[in-house]
Amino acid sequence: MGKEAAAGAPRYTDTAVRWFALAAVLWGVVGMLVGVFIAAELTWPDLSMGIPWLSYGRLRPLHTNAVIFAFGGCVLFATSYHVAQRTGQTALFCPKLALFTFWGWQLVIVLAAISLPLGYTTGKEYAELEWPIDLLIAVVWVAYAVVFFGTIGRRKVRHIYVANWFFGAFILAVALLHIVNSAEIPASWTKSYSAYAGVQDAMVQWWYGHNAVGFFLTAGFLGIMYYYIPKQAERPVYSYRLSIVHFWALIFTYMWAGPHHLHYTALPDWAQSIGMVFSLVLLAPSWGGMINGVMTLSGAWHKLRDDPILKFLIVALSFYGMSTFEGPMMSIKTVNALSHYTDWTVGHVHSGALGWVGLISMGALYHLIPRMYGKTQMYSVRAIELHFWVATVGIVLYIAAMWIAGVMQGLMWRAVNPDGTLVYSFVESVKATFPFYVVRLAGGLLYLGGMLIMAWNVVKTVRSGSAVPVAIPMVVAHA
Amino acid sequence: MATTPATGHAKIETSNFLMIVLILLTCVVGGLVEIVPLFFQRSTTQPAPGLKPYTPLQLAGRDIYLREGCYNCHSQMIRPLQAETLRYGHYSTAGEFVYDHPFQWGSKRTGPDLHRVGGKYSNEWHRLHLINPRDLVPESNMPAYAWLEGATVDADGLAPRMKALRIVGVPYSDAEIAAAGTDVKGRSELDALVAYLQVLGTSLK
Repeated sequence: MGKEAAAGAPRYTDTAVRWFALAAVLWGVVGMLVGVFIAAELTWPDLSMGIPWLSYGRLRPLHTNAVIFAFGGCVLFATSYHVAQRTGQTALFCPKLALFTFWGWQLVIVLAAISLPLGYTTGKEYAELEWPIDLLIAVVWVAYAVVFFGTIGRRKVRHIYVANWFFGAFILAVALLHIVNSAEIPASWTKSYSAYAGVQDAMVQWWYGHNAVGFFLTAGFLGIMYYYIPKQAERPVYSYRLSIVHFWALIFTYMWAGPHHLHYTALPDWAQSIGMVFSLVLLAPSWGGMINGVMTLSGAWHKLRDDPILKFLIVALSFYGMSTFEGPMMSIKTVNALSHYTDWTVGHVHSGALGWVGLISMGALYHLIPRMYGKTQMYSVRAIELHFWVATVGIVLYIAAMWIAGVMQGLMWRAVNPDGTLVYSFVESVKATFPFYVVRLAGGLLYLGGMLIMAWNVVKTVRSGSAVPVAIPMVVAHA
Repeated sequence: MATTPATGHAKIETSNFLMIVLILLTCVVGGLVEIVPLFFQRSTTQPAPGLKPYTPLQLAGRDIYLREGCYNCHSQMIRPLQAETLRYGHYSTAGEFVYDHPFQWGSKRTGPDLHRVGGKYSNEWHRLHLINPRDLVPESNMPAYAWLEGATVDADGLAPRMKALRIVGVPYSDAEIAAAGTDVKGRSELDALVAYLQVLGTSLK
């Protein structure tokens, strides 16, 4: 791929890719900073100093929305626009619309950052944004689908590369989930009520919520995995057949798993049982993806020693494998009876979020950003190595603390004396959790520290490079 | 197994259109099977015998509960497990939530479950506890909500809210909606939130 494109030669349209990649780093820092702050609030509750918009209940949705939809979303936009072009050997379809998705998505993020601390919320977890912002999201998302599938439609390579199946499924499923779950009746510009009530609302919400994990945080990032791991390792994907089987199995099965968030609730038993069965089945397609990614390195394991970007990508897959094993286990009703409502769930989510989504995003961005600025490497490779270790130690501290705290809480809540009375009051479990909240905060601080190292490295890389357009290869790859 | 890998799939993965259609078909199945029947299952749509729609003051309190994100730390769902019913009371049933738009079952108990907190403590206890939880429970890590005491309930906003809720099925009468503003006039947000907490889970008692 010659970087110095001849005048008039067709080029990739990477402006939206560049902007989304840089925005991802910015929102990563912001979202993780909010996370660290609210972790500190749980440890020392008077940190909010009586200021309403700094209180935990208003900032926690800001944290989740910022890391999932701002950081994760920008990573997905950047990489999907990049991968769709490179694997199809074609420029982006309707680049102006791609820039619209950039500014539209940034507007969504800014509106979220203002409205959530002010207390404008629908009160539905991971779908807190009020109806005008929901509408804006829908418009941006349709534009995204047009750009993405339009680009696939004008590809020069006959086969649609596997990474794009995952990006495509992510875009379509998220559209479906968002529209169904956000059905609400406005009472004013800043207030609406869910169209559903009680049991139906709970089922719709966790069908949405679990598949925000399954499609936003899994399918999309598997798309990233399928392009950037083979690229960085310079090896072909391990098994084509496995990718077909686990793709269709994954997107079919995920959509059934939502009820495991509602075990032992007032949701009818039949729905809980179906949810549990499909959650257990989900282990297979999840591990199919992990195996396909990790085995791509077969014959090239030595590269893990010297290449910190590959460390990010492969350790991300290890965390993916770990949390997709833990998830099905926690969906077993008897395990769930102990784990649900405790910090174990928080630990589980963060082993997926920090370990899988975070690390794979960082690895992909470290591969992508220098190439967007006329370079082949980041400004400092040693800083990538440092980031990797700081982040990994941070994750381990975080999830170990939350596992122990969660199991402890679950056991304390259910402990019953021989005479049939409860052993512990609720607040005793709160008190016992304090040291684990301190360790979790330390883990979060390390992870944020790693992200700051990345931000510095990105600024240095961008400043020493320039946004050179990349020529599209004239010889079409055989596929 | 065939030695030529997945020849059938070549047809799909070379067609943008087929990919889109098949992905959509694959993804809708789970939701259709799990969600749609719930709208026709009587146990989930019939109100519990003693259940009444929230009064204007309780509704204002519920909106404050949502605004402050209480659901981030408190569940409203007592599971039918021994230790749980010992701690919180009778397990929660589907009919108690049919007027809850949105549901507030929550997913995390940084603080205790609140589904049957109604009537468990006095109004005065709740007031003191919300203004500064650590005055009553020294080890608590709940934020202090002192500002609720000085804030007045948005009386004019209540009628439109009740109308919106009526559209989605909460049986408010015209008279109730017309009187909503005067019912809550001059009450503090703290009053409203306490009124909401005190009605929680009481329809079954």
